[in-house]
Amino acid sequence: MKRIAERVAERAGHRTGAGSAALASAWPVALGVALAWLLQQWVAPAIGPFYARIVLDIGIAIVAASSLNIVNGFAGQFSIGHAGFMMVGGYAAAWLTYYGSIRLWGTPGLHGGFLGGGDLLFLLGCAAGGAIAAVAGLVVGLPSLRLRGDYLAIVTLGFGEIVRVVIQRTDDVLAPGVAERTALPAALGHLGGALGFPGLPTYTRIFYVYAVVTIVVVCAYRLKISSRGRALLAVRENEVAAEAVGIHTARVKVSAFVMSALFAGIGGGLFAHELGTTLSPRELGFQKSIDIVIMVVLGGMGSISGVIAAAAILTVMPELFREFSDYRMPIYALALIVVMIVRPQGLLGIRELWDTAWWRRIAGNRRGPRAIARAARPEDAP
Amino acid sequence: MTAGSAPSVVASAAAPPVLEARDLSLAFGGLLAVDRFTLSLPARGLYGLIGPNGAGKTTVFNLLTGVYRPDAGEIRLGDRRIDGLRPSAIASAGVARTFQNIRLFANLSVLDNVRTAAGVRARSGLVASLLRTPRFLAEEEAIIERSLELLDMLGIAHRASEQASSLPYGEQRRLEIARALATEPRVVLLDEPVAGMAAGEKREMRALIQGLRDAFDVAILLIEHDMGVVMDICERITVLDHGVTIATGDPAAIQQDPRVIEAYLGTADAGAPAASSTPGAT
Repeated sequence: MKRIAERVAERAGHRTGAGSAALASAWPVALGVALAWLLQQWVAPAIGPFYARIVLDIGIAIVAASSLNIVNGFAGQFSIGHAGFMMVGGYAAAWLTYYGSIRLWGTPGLHGGFLGGGDLLFLLGCAAGGAIAAVAGLVVGLPSLRLRGDYLAIVTLGFGEIVRVVIQRTDDVLAPGVAERTALPAALGHLGGALGFPGLPTYTRIFYVYAVVTIVVVCAYRLKISSRGRALLAVRENEVAAEAVGIHTARVKVSAFVMSALFAGIGGGLFAHELGTTLSPRELGFQKSIDIVIMVVLGGMGSISGVIAAAAILTVMPELFREFSDYRMPIYALALIVVMIVRPQGLLGIRELWDTAWWRRIAGNRRGPRAIARAARPEDAP
Repeated sequence: MTAGSAPSVVASAAAPPVLEARDLSLAFGGLLAVDRFTLSLPARGLYGLIGPNGAGKTTVFNLLTGVYRPDAGEIRLGDRRIDGLRPSAIASAGVARTFQNIRLFANLSVLDNVRTAAGVRARSGLVASLLRTPRFLAEEEAIIERSLELLDMLGIAHRASEQASSLPYGEQRRLEIARALATEPRVVLLDEPVAGMAAGEKREMRALIQGLRDAFDVAILLIEHDMGVVMDICERITVLDHGVTIATGDPAAIQQDPRVIEAYLGTADAGAPAASSTPGAT
């Protein structure tokens, strides 16, 4: 039987052209960004600021939950310190935009219009936040090589708490005028402490949030349907067997943590600059981590569409039922217990929405692994 | 059957072994689980490893695949030393295995179980996977194609889209073999491939195992309690008892060996381990 390398070499002759390949690769992102634009330009004004804010929150929740899904759902490494990565990314981004703005423009306020100087600084801040969170992910990922289950959960919990406490110990944010005379690294000691980081410019727009959602979701989905992603799933399913087929489980776990933290850090940057939120250690504390875990567990560990749906529902519900907000946590806890007993794999498990039986009944049996296998089947096979 | 495999034994004696273990020892605390185990498996060889329960057979597999590190001795795959490498590195080097207690990726589809293993041979990196470059797509296609062919060969292609854990026991064993083969191994270690199978299934599996060496150019080492199968298809058999190799030889010699008979039956006058009975399985 021919080896993979031989088969790939055979295909080298009749590959699709670079142009159409680039198009096929880029269109989902382009579509997502276009939809994000529509959402901001037409939908948001039509539904008013209250609902626009919820749409924004949903987007950030999707980023947070989808990124946790990579490490928790795909790789099966139970992390309950995800908000810690958001906090690292959020504060890194806040530090850059706040002190950067003062340096560049003398004021921490909004600067420039759409994609103007301020927006670019903000996007740079989010990217930097993601990068720094990714480094934190590497640091947290390393203990995951020796620990599993509850023990790993405790380490990730500890990480979130450490980040929270460290930030609580920082001094008050420097006001414009003083800030100019402080070196940027020294300003890292002035992140507002326990009360939060006041006066951040509110650069987070629906467009940016959903552009990031697009990138995160497309990356997560493409990861899941690639050999690299299946290696993550294999680690989750059976570590001994994964190792036995040649998957370097240690490397896979750490890379899952890094990728997950990268996206969480970007999400943290978006959260930090959102109108109406305060970037504070309490906002991104343990409670937030648990909220994100619940989204992943309810939606289905490993199911991207399930987690997106759960993130949206669990963000909308508390807003729509404000009067029941006192009961939110008991209800969450109860829902979690019920799901764990009835469907421990979450509502969708590892499957996507379109892999479920009722979806196929509605949409016809066009997708799903069976159809894919049939389509992929070589003609000459019996 | 023994006559048919005789020439390949002669031919392989001259060829350098593909997998060679020399004086492997492993102790768990004070218990010497494996004592100076030695094996020389030629290319396309089909060797057996037998012994009563607790003799250390699976421990030998775990040593050969890097799950345990030997306290002493060395393992070579071709001319490369592989002892001390982590299991994934040994698998990548070309030693694949199945497990006595089946270890599938239970929640993944049958096809994905095999694809995951085949994917280890993929060269595309993370960035190429996310951008879905033409090379990546060609690779994934090749992986699906090969995986489906493997499933077809093992007779479970019709199950491709089903969840692995939903397969009946015999098919799960087949799937494990398909997954092992998907890693493009040079040596396959099968841990009790016919355990718990009905007579008909056993016959099919036996034919299948024999077919593998030619189809995939692999050497096979198998652990099996079913003497009928072992004596029939193995060219050479190593018998372990309490971690010690008590006999090595072709099936006819093993069946006559008084030490083997003693290990299995406790006395020297009860006759050879009879074909089709399973003395060690109780």
